[in-house]
Parts: sequence; structure tokens; C-alpha cells
Amino acid sequence: MNFQMADLQLLAPHIVVLATALLVLLAEAFCKGERKGYLAYLGIAGIVVAALLTPRLFGPQRLGFSGMLAGDGFAAFFYFILYAVGILTLLVSQNYLRDERFEHGEYYALVLLALVGMMLMAGATHLMVVFLALETMSIAIYALAGYFRTERSVEASLKYFILGGFASGFLLYGIALIYGACGTTQIYDVMAYFKALPALTSSPMALAGIGLLTVGFGFKVAAVPFHAWTPDVYQGAPTSVTAFMATGVKAAAFSAFLRVFVVAFQGTHVEWSGVLWVLALLTMTLGNLTAIAQTDVKRMLAYSSIAHAGYLLVGLVVGTPEASSAMMVYLLAYAFMNIGAFACVIMVGRYGQENTSLDAYAGIGFRFPALGLAMAVFMFSMAGIPPTAGFIGKFLIFKAAVHEGYYWLTILGVLNSAASVYYYLRVIITMYFKPSPDEPAVDGLRVGPSAALATVLAGVGVLYLGIIPGGIIKLAEQAVRFMG
Amino acid sequence: MLDLIWLIPFFPMVGAIVNGLFGRRLPKGVVHTVACGSIFLSFLVSAGAFFALKALPPAERVFEQVLFEWIAFGSTTINLGYLLDPLSCVMILVVTGVGFLIHVYSVGYMSHDPGYARYFTYLNLFCFAMLTLVLGNNFLVMFVGWEGVGLCSYLLIGFWFEDAAKAAAGMKAFIVNRIGDFGFLIGMFLIFWVFGTLDFRTVMAQAPGALVVGGGIVTAITLFLFVGATGKSAQIPLYVWLPDAMAGPNPVSALIHAATMVTAGVYMIGRCNVLFSMAPVSMTVVATIGALTALFAGTIAITQNDIKKVLAYSTVSQLGYMFTAMGVGAYVAGIFHLMTHAFFKACLFLGSGSVIHGMHEEQDMRKMGGLRKHMPHTYWTFLIATIAIAGIPPLAGFFSKDEILWKAWSGGYKFQWFLGFAAAGITAFYMFRLVFMTFFGKERFDPEEVHVHESPRSMTVPLWVLAGLSVVGGWVGIPAALGGANNFHHWLAPVLDPAAVTETTHAAAPDLDGLLGVRTAYASEGAGHAEAPEGHGAAVGAEGGAEHHDPTEYVLMFLSVAYALLGILVAYFAYLLKPDLPGKVAAKAKGLYELLYNKYFVDEIYQAVFVEGTLALATFFWAFWDVVVIDGIVNGTGYVVRSLGGGLRLLQTGKVQAYAMTVLLGAVVLVAYYAVVAAF
Repeated sequence: MNFQMADLQLLAPHIVVLATALLVLLAEAFCKGERKGYLAYLGIAGIVVAALLTPRLFGPQRLGFSGMLAGDGFAAFFYFILYAVGILTLLVSQNYLRDERFEHGEYYALVLLALVGMMLMAGATHLMVVFLALETMSIAIYALAGYFRTERSVEASLKYFILGGFASGFLLYGIALIYGACGTTQIYDVMAYFKALPALTSSPMALAGIGLLTVGFGFKVAAVPFHAWTPDVYQGAPTSVTAFMATGVKAAAFSAFLRVFVVAFQGTHVEWSGVLWVLALLTMTLGNLTAIAQTDVKRMLAYSSIAHAGYLLVGLVVGTPEASSAMMVYLLAYAFMNIGAFACVIMVGRYGQENTSLDAYAGIGFRFPALGLAMAVFMFSMAGIPPTAGFIGKFLIFKAAVHEGYYWLTILGVLNSAASVYYYLRVIITMYFKPSPDEPAVDGLRVGPSAALATVLAGVGVLYLGIIPGGIIKLAEQAVRFMG
Repeated sequence: MLDLIWLIPFFPMVGAIVNGLFGRRLPKGVVHTVACGSIFLSFLVSAGAFFALKALPPAERVFEQVLFEWIAFGSTTINLGYLLDPLSCVMILVVTGVGFLIHVYSVGYMSHDPGYARYFTYLNLFCFAMLTLVLGNNFLVMFVGWEGVGLCSYLLIGFWFEDAAKAAAGMKAFIVNRIGDFGFLIGMFLIFWVFGTLDFRTVMAQAPGALVVGGGIVTAITLFLFVGATGKSAQIPLYVWLPDAMAGPNPVSALIHAATMVTAGVYMIGRCNVLFSMAPVSMTVVATIGALTALFAGTIAITQNDIKKVLAYSTVSQLGYMFTAMGVGAYVAGIFHLMTHAFFKACLFLGSGSVIHGMHEEQDMRKMGGLRKHMPHTYWTFLIATIAIAGIPPLAGFFSKDEILWKAWSGGYKFQWFLGFAAAGITAFYMFRLVFMTFFGKERFDPEEVHVHESPRSMTVPLWVLAGLSVVGGWVGIPAALGGANNFHHWLAPVLDPAAVTETTHAAAPDLDGLLGVRTAYASEGAGHAEAPEGHGAAVGAEGGAEHHDPTEYVLMFLSVAYALLGILVAYFAYLLKPDLPGKVAAKAKGLYELLYNKYFVDEIYQAVFVEGTLALATFFWAFWDVVVIDGIVNGTGYVVRSLGGGLRLLQTGKVQAYAMTVLLGAVVLVAYYAVVAAF
């Protein structure tokens, strides 16, 4: 394996985040006091430094470490989504952890370690690196999911761990089959191999490999029928971790999903797009239908995240650069609106009482106007109503689908989106139009400066993307240029 | 300096944000300092921009500033940018200048209102929207401002929303405006369809090549835009909201419903003058509607007894003049009248506010009289503004109104001229009726109950400034026929009358830049076309030819002054010498009086046809279509979906083994599918 110093440039952001994670652990060991909130800011500082090292990755594609890691706009754009997710998660967590009496340095370190894994997934151009990165991310997330050591939290963690291991097996088996068929696991080599040997598109080994990779990625993005873990894990995990999983893991998994399928398996688009078509439809529909029946906001958001995975899969089915850039914008939008919504959910709860049932939200829109406004903005965005980021994301994805002639999928997607308005608006209606009970469950907000900042940042992000999306859309379009 | 024009809308925006978020907790002094200060800073920047623009040679007086790319779809990008040229420069000066005075006046007028901070928030927000409207460099930015001012208008008309009638007036304004906005939107869509851009400069430069003069498309575009203008600028048939809009606080009527917002339609036509000049049919429609409105609203004003209602109909009538000017191609004259009208009408509205304030919220002129002694400042300023609007030289109104009438006559629009001329005397009559009823004669109120007092300094000083402007404001546009230089015309000529510019600049600077080259081309083409069927070009030609003056111009000038004096005399006779005469006349011509007093029953007709009609249709759709058909479908769907969701929910057993099973099953199905694909 060749190693050049120049390759380190591609890895610099990862190294910085990793170093920050270690630094956080070290700093905790030396800190005396009970208050460990500054560790979150240390983490944020690390992410900011990494972010400063990232812009130079935009530009012509470079591969490093013998073609295992890419430095390109695609990776860089995803890094930025992940930075946003990381920073918002750390901000949201700080206050929440203290209130739940669980403020420890390892939490922040685990978030940063998971972030490193996610970033590697976005940059990976080699199936083995994809796998290793996915495991790096997942192991940190398993630990985070069980972080509260309550019965539910541990159960969530264990479920996710067992099923995740199970799914990883499929992924690894798929990679092995692809290696068997192509003799390589480097993504661009695989692409070239499929191009050179058209007969491969009907090779059972290659196709079975693609099928198993679909299972592996489908599990991580929570696509039906590999989604079953999602509601239980999302509901059981600490809310800040749920936000992190729903946005970060999804973005990272989709980045690898995109690069592997749209680049490496370009030649077999006809074969796999049909399968994903069905998965996309199932995922949207099942996510939305089940979300409608929920009476718990956190669980509703879990199902909603399944539905969003469905919309994103539409972009993958289309498979054009236009669709890929649309997915990237969507994932950014989703990061803002989803973490924002979970931040509101956290604020409504209090120590020992999560208050995630919808009834707890009755009348809080008027009692806590700022929270009500923020939650309303996030719900509108999730429902895809302009002028919010959610609308732009959906619009771009469906536009790309229509351009490629996927009319039915678009129609079904829009219908799904319309149905989803029901359960998002129900939150707003409960907040504003249901009178508060005489003894309201929520008598104060769990809010600190960092959580408030996170909510404001997320809200600004949602509205910025919704009102002035031009620059970001253009950036995303440039980022996928190499996919051609 | 020009680079700073983004600050002009920015300051009021900041003011609105500060007062909107923190106003309720701030002391009043801070609230109005922020509000007035922000608009004053805007005025300073505007003035600076004016001088910077003036320093440039006339042909280069265009400055475009793109703040950021706003929307990018495929090959289309729409920028959020500002365009400063002589036209928008006049507008920003009027908006910030008059706006500042009205802000100051409001400090006194609203001092006892509990919604002090809310009021100034809206007022600043309005200025922000209005400045966006006039500075926008494309139709979409203009539309944002257009909707923004509509919103602020709604908020301020219904400012005292506890009163149901006032809240309803706000809604009426909003709904009627929406009808006009719909026309504007369609016009905008058509422009986008034809040109693929909404950028003013591109559209205007490409119009001569892309559209056929007098063709269906340009006529449709301009007519739809004009529908938008009739809504915002209260012209027939959409004027009905403006008189009701007087429910808002007085300074609001002065700023929004007299000086600035309602002139947005006029400004828009001025901005699109290239398009309008290419559509003779639309021009005739604009001129006719304008002239009809001028006369129609003027006649209604004669019989109204509410001091603000008179001024409201007078505003509608004066806006009619502006549209007449636009329609006959005298764009400069229209903008000129827009400016002078902003001065004297703002003065009149603020004066009426001072009267109402002094009379303890009394608006009925029949219960006033003799206020001259009690409120000298208000009286004198009001009188000056009234003389200005009546068209007596050398006050501002004379020059601008006369220029419009002359251009209508000389452009061959004799019918429109006649309507406008008829309205001119009526204007003098009803305005002096107002003055005589309010300030002269016997006191028709009980001095024991009503302690009339002059208003505070913060109110009278703006009045005097505006009165001063009502006197001198017209002097910038003294026509050549009276030996003036008509600087106003030269200032606006690069935008509104390119033909005149090319003639002067050809001599001065032979090497013209590319932009002007384009302008020259379409200007001469436009003029040529216009001359053929309608003889539009006559006015322009006469203007360019300088020195020689048609004697008719003097005759008409004399006639209109004499006619205005006659109107004043009649008012003097009827309301001061023989106060019982109007009653007798009203009794004699009962039918006519009732018709005018009830404003031609237009509100009643609209109510019966549109409102009741819509309601009847809506009731049908609600009772049958919605309740029976749609609700049936929706509830049915909802029921099915919810049962489905409830059923699916049961799949979530919480057992890891079951979950793993679904993953496995999914994987088996997938791989089996691929195996089948591979096999066949």
C-alpha cells in the first residue's frame, strides 16, 4: 500500500475530530468539578477546526490511500452536513445530560467518535473502508443508545446491537460476493469492471451481492422491511442520541449508499432501481401510515424518520446527479428540522418524566410562545410546507424524479407527503388549539443557553434553506459533478 | 455612496425588528427614537444616493446592486437586488422624506395609544416593504414589496382591531388588493414566459425585439399589470377599499393611503413604461380608467361629511390623474404629480388628524366650524395644501396637474382631457368646502364639552415642512412654456422619456455606451410606431423640439386656473355666504344627491353581486359538495388509513427475534428476486 503525505490532507478533518474525541476523554480525567458542559464546547471547537480544513476538498476529485478515501465535493458536502449534525447534537445534549444527571465526558467522546465513522463513510471509496467506517460509527452509537442505563435505554441499545450485527453480516457477505464477481472492492474499479463486462449484469453472484448490500444499507437508513428496530430504539435511546441517530446515521448511510450504488453499480441501475422503487414506496407508506396512529411524539418522529428515508430512496431510485444533489440538500434540511424538533421534545420533558405523549403538548404553544413557534416551524418543514427547508428538499427530489419519468413514484410520494401533514399538524393543533389541562404536565421548560442556541440555529437553518436555497443547491450540484 | 443603497431598506427593517421584539419592554422614548431614527438614516442615505447619481452623466445614471442569488432553478436565477435610477431615486426620497415627517408626527399623535410599539413596528415594516418595492431590480422583488406593503396596510387599517368595523375595513382592503395582485401575478407569469427572466433591465431592453407593438401578448401583459395597479392604487373598479381604509390612524392614512403605497401602481407602470408604450390599447384603457376615476371619485367627495372620507375620495381622484398621465404617455408628468401629491395630501391628512385630535376624535365636519382661531398652525398649513391641490399657481399642484392635462390634450386624448378638466374644478370645490366647513363660520360644537386645542410641536412642525413642500415642490418642474427649466423632466428622462435624452446627449457626447445604444434603438422605434396610429408621439416631439410653444397650452392653463377659482367661489358662496343653500340644492336634486351621497351605491352593488354571490356559491359547495361528497371521501380515507396504521402498529411487537425475522425475510425475497432477474 502506497502512502503519501499528500493523502493526509484528505484525512485531516477526520484526524482532527478523532483527536478532539481523545482530548475530551483526557480533559475529563483532569477536570475536578461536577460540571462538564465545557467538554461539549471543546468538541464543537474541534468540529469547527475540522470544518475549516474541509473547504479545500471541494474541487477536482482526488483519491488517496491507494484509492480508499476520496477528497471531493461529494465527501465535503456530507462532511458539512455531519458537522452541522455534530454541533447541534452536542449543543442539545449538554443541558439535557446535566438535567438527567448523566453528564460524563465519554458521551461527548462517543458522539465525536461516531462522527469520525460517519465522515469516513462519506469519504470511503472502497467497500472495506465503507464497512469499517460503518462499524466504527455503529459501535459508538450502540454505546450511546444505552447510555442512560435505564431499562428502556439498555433494551434499545441491545436490540440495535443484535440487529445491527445481524445486518452487518449481510453487508459483509454482499461485499464478499462483489469481490468474488469483480475481483476488487475499490468502488471505481467495480464501476469500471461492470462497464467492461456487460455480461456481469446477469451474473447471479454480482446481483446477489447487490441484493445483500441493499439489506445492509437498508437497515442503516431504516428502509422497510429492515426498519423494525427503528421505533423501539429511537424511543428508548436518550432523546439527544435519537436526534443524532436519525440525522447523522441516516446521512452517513445514505452517503455510502449513494456512492456504492450510483457510482459502483452504475451499470446495473436497471436491475437495482426496480427493487429500490418498491422499497421506497413501502418505506414512505408504512412510515407515514404508522406515524398517523402514534400518540407519542418521540415515537411519531421515529416513524416519520422512516417515511423520510422513503422520500430519500426516491432520489436513489432516480440515480441521476440531479437526484443525488437533491438528496444531499434534503439530508441537510432534515438535519436541521429533525434535530430542532427533538430539541423541542427535550425541552418539554424534565428529569424522570419525558413528557413525550401528545397530550402533554396541549396548550403549550401559548404558554411557551418561543418553543411553540420553533416546534411549529420544524413541523411545517417536516411536512414539506414552504417557505421551509423541508419543502425545498422534497421539491428537488420529486423534480429529479419527474425529469427521469418516474411519474408514478412521484405521485405516490406526493400523496404520502400529503398524508404526513396530518400527524405533523396534529402536533401544532395540540399545541395551540387544545386547552391546557388545569394541572399541566409541563410546568416549565428544560432550557439552557446551549439548547436555546441549538434550536435557534436549527430554525435559522430551516428558514434559510427554505427561503434562499440557491447557493446551497448550487454547491450540491457542483459536489456531484464527478458522478456524471 | 451608491454601494450603500442596501442600507436604505435595511434601517427600517432593523427598526421593525427591534421594536417588534423588544418594543413592549422599552420606554416610549426609545421606541420612537429607534423608529424615527431608522427612517431618518434611510433618508440621509437616499439623499446621498441622489447626489451621487446626479454627479453622473445622465446616460449612466443606473446603478444595480445584487445582494445575493435568491432562487436558482436550472438555467433561471433570480437575484435579490436593488436598482437605483432617477425614477426609483425620486421614489425613495419621497418615501423616506415624507415617511420621516409622518413618523415624527406619529410621536405626538399616537402618544396615548397602548399599542405604541406595535404601531411603530408596523410603520417601519411598511417603510421597509415600500422601499423594497421601489428599489427592487426585478418583478419578483417588487412583488415581495408589493405584498409587504399590502400586509402592513392591512395591519395598520385594522390597528384598532377591537372595533369590528375597523377590523372589517382591514380585511376589505386586503381582499380587494388580492384581486389586483392576482392580475399582477398573471402579468408577471406572462413576462417570465416570454422573456425567461423577471429582471427589469433585461425585460425592458429585450421587449422591442421580443414583442410586437400593439400585439396580443404585450397588451395582455400590460392589462394584467394594470389590474394589479387598480387594486393597489384604488382605481375603478377596485377603489372601494380606500375610503374604508380611513379606519386606520391618521398618520397611516397620510403615509400609506395617500403619499406612498397607493402610488405603487403608478410607479409600476412608470417602471414598465417600455412595455406600456408598446401597447396602445392598454394605454387608452389606463388613461380612460384614470380620467373616469378622477371625475367619479371627485363627485362623491362633494357630498361626504366625514373629513377623512372627503380626503380619501380626493386621493382616489388624484390617483386617477396620475393614471391619466401614464395612459397618455406622459410618464414624467405622472411621477411629478405623484411627488407633489405626496406633499400636499400628506399635509392634508396630517392636518385632518390634527383637527380630529383637537376635536376629541370628532370626524364629522357638520360638527366643526370656526377652528381657524383655535388651531392656527393647522389652519394655515391646511389652507396652503388645499390651494396646492386645487391647482392655483404657483403652488405645487398647479404645475403637475396642468402638465397632465396639457399632455392629454396635446396627445390627442380629448375625451380623457375633458374628464380630467371637469374633475379639476370639482376638486377645488370640495376641498374648499372642507376648509370652509371646518375652519370658517360658526362653531357648530359645544365649546363647553369640546376644548379645542392646537396640537403639540411634534405634529405642527411636520405640517409646516409639508406645507412648505406643497408650495415649492412644483418648482422643480416648471414647464418650458412658463420659462422654467423643467429639471424634473430632465432628471427622469433617461428612464421615462429616452427619446428626449438621446437628442440632448447626441450633441454632448457622441460616443454612447452600449446600453444607451439599445435604448436609443427602442425609443425611436417605439415613438415611430406610436405616431402612426394614434399620434402619441406628438407630445414627445413637441418636448424635444424645444423653443416653439403651442398657444393652446397657455389657453388651457388659463382655463383650468379660472375654473379652479370658480370652484372656490362657488364653495365660498354656498358654505359661507348662504350656508342653507347646499341643503336646498340637495333637497331639489334629491335623486342625484342620494346617488352621490351613497357613493353611487357601488359598495351595495358589490355586496349584492360579488359578496352575496360568492357566499351563495360557497354555501352550495359547503353544504353539498364539501359536507356530503368531500367529507365523505376524506373521512372514508381517514378511517381506512387510521385502521391500516392501527393494524400495522401491531406488527411492532418489540421482540428482537421477530425483527430479525423480518430482516431475514426481506433479504431472502431480495436475493431471490435478483436470482430470478439473473436467470431470465
